[in-house]
Amino acid sequence: MSARIVLQAADITRAVTRIAHEIVEANRGGDDLLLLGIPTRGVPLAQRLHAEIRRIEGSDAKAQVGALDVTLYRDDLGSNPTRTPHPTNMPLSIDGMTVVLVDDVLYSGRTIRAALDALSDLGRPRAVRLAVLVDRGHREFPIRADFVGKNLPSSSKERINVRLTEADGDEYVSIEGRAHGEAGTGDGSR
Amino acid sequence: MRHLLSTRDLDLADAIRLLDVAEDMATVSTREVKKLPALRGKTVVNLFFENSTRTRISFEAAAKRLSADVINFSASGSSVAKGESLKDTAQTLAAMGADAVVLRHPSSGAPQSLADSGWIDAGVINAGDGTHEHPTQALLDAFTIRRRMHGAASRGTNLSGVAVTIVGDILHSRVARSNVWLLTTLGAQVTLVAPPTLMPVNMTAWPVEVEYDLDRSLLRTPPSVLMMLRVQAERMSGDFFPNTREYSRRWGLDDERLGRLPEDTIVMHPGPMNRGLEISAAAADSARSTVREQVTNGVSVRMAALYLLLAGERLSPPTPTSRMRATT
Repeated sequence: MSARIVLQAADITRAVTRIAHEIVEANRGGDDLLLLGIPTRGVPLAQRLHAEIRRIEGSDAKAQVGALDVTLYRDDLGSNPTRTPHPTNMPLSIDGMTVVLVDDVLYSGRTIRAALDALSDLGRPRAVRLAVLVDRGHREFPIRADFVGKNLPSSSKERINVRLTEADGDEYVSIEGRAHGEAGTGDGSR
Repeated sequence: MRHLLSTRDLDLADAIRLLDVAEDMATVSTREVKKLPALRGKTVVNLFFENSTRTRISFEAAAKRLSADVINFSASGSSVAKGESLKDTAQTLAAMGADAVVLRHPSSGAPQSLADSGWIDAGVINAGDGTHEHPTQALLDAFTIRRRMHGAASRGTNLSGVAVTIVGDILHSRVARSNVWLLTTLGAQVTLVAPPTLMPVNMTAWPVEVEYDLDRSLLRTPPSVLMMLRVQAERMSGDFFPNTREYSRRWGLDDERLGRLPEDTIVMHPGPMNRGLEISAAAADSARSTVREQVTNGVSVRMAALYLLLAGERLSPPTPTSRMRATT
């Protein structure tokens, strides 16, 4: 098992800064903007994006940040050990807002599907966008990200680890599994 | 968590996890769409061998908010009244595909028997068995206390330093028993007050203070929580106290005692209340009374219990020692 670091702390910071600029550009400012991090690591990412947007737009920027837990909307609850939900924190009604969902890794798209279900129970946003730090491919739903930190084509046998200071104490993105030369041998690496 | 039979089996981590999940469920209950898809396709049977309205509708509301299907089965007017045994009833429910059975039974230990029997593979929640336990009531009481103490910052906290005084028919009260185990696990100090005739004999194994005089107890340990129990006329086959007026005067929360309580003491009652007997109308309706909050919180706590019992994969074949498992 080999772990290779693909994003260092500085790369993550640059990606967050760029995504913040892209969000502000796409939204034409910070008005009616609600960043919702998906626990666990989407929450600190959303907070960083929010801080960055406030830096860009000035501290009177109206963008808001919160957390949206999707545990209770997952479609795989019955095939895993019981998952403990995380707090949902909604600073205001989502009606009419442009919601930006924020997560660390976009993979099958099932988490985002659950998040869309959760949002529809909370109200009717004007638009829903998706920002992720890493897009690793292998989608199982017709879902794509609007803002991507890094596209990381990967094998489904590999594992992407996102570590953020707020959640883990250190900060990097690494990819592990399937050492060089092992490529294409197929099953059994995890 | 495979079954919820007794608060005595819950360790501190289990208890706090359950209360924290209940916090998440409580936020759902404040939304416009008060429904979650988490238990879609699961069937919850309310199997009630004793009359109960509030506990049954609370479980029913909880199951429905999690999108489970609910079947209500009460013993009166059913095959049980015709003499069917618990075993046959359980096997009937198993054949119908019940995923959880919420059982209330007049015999202490009936839920344990059902859970250990192998008659049915469903998760069993004890909704009150004889004079043994009523775990979801204790959990909702703990949840209510925690919310009054810590407000929005309740998540993850225990009840250390909280003095709880439980007054009334301790002898017959499953609510008191469940609360004793749960509240002490959570770090609270529990004092039980009752007439000597309504106190169990040999309490040495109970982690509590025992008092017979309410006024002396209130003076010696001013409570942060005063929990009044219902005088359960239906369980009193003998004469446990001379008359209700004497009980009310010595062990009831009347207006005079209410006035003497410390300012931030909260008053709890599991309901249904006998106003004028164990609790005065002024006490029941005062701002420090949590009676209505307890009902609201009951739904959240039962949602949490149903979720933790039913949402994860079921281990098959079941192991008798299976506990709540760590999550990812």
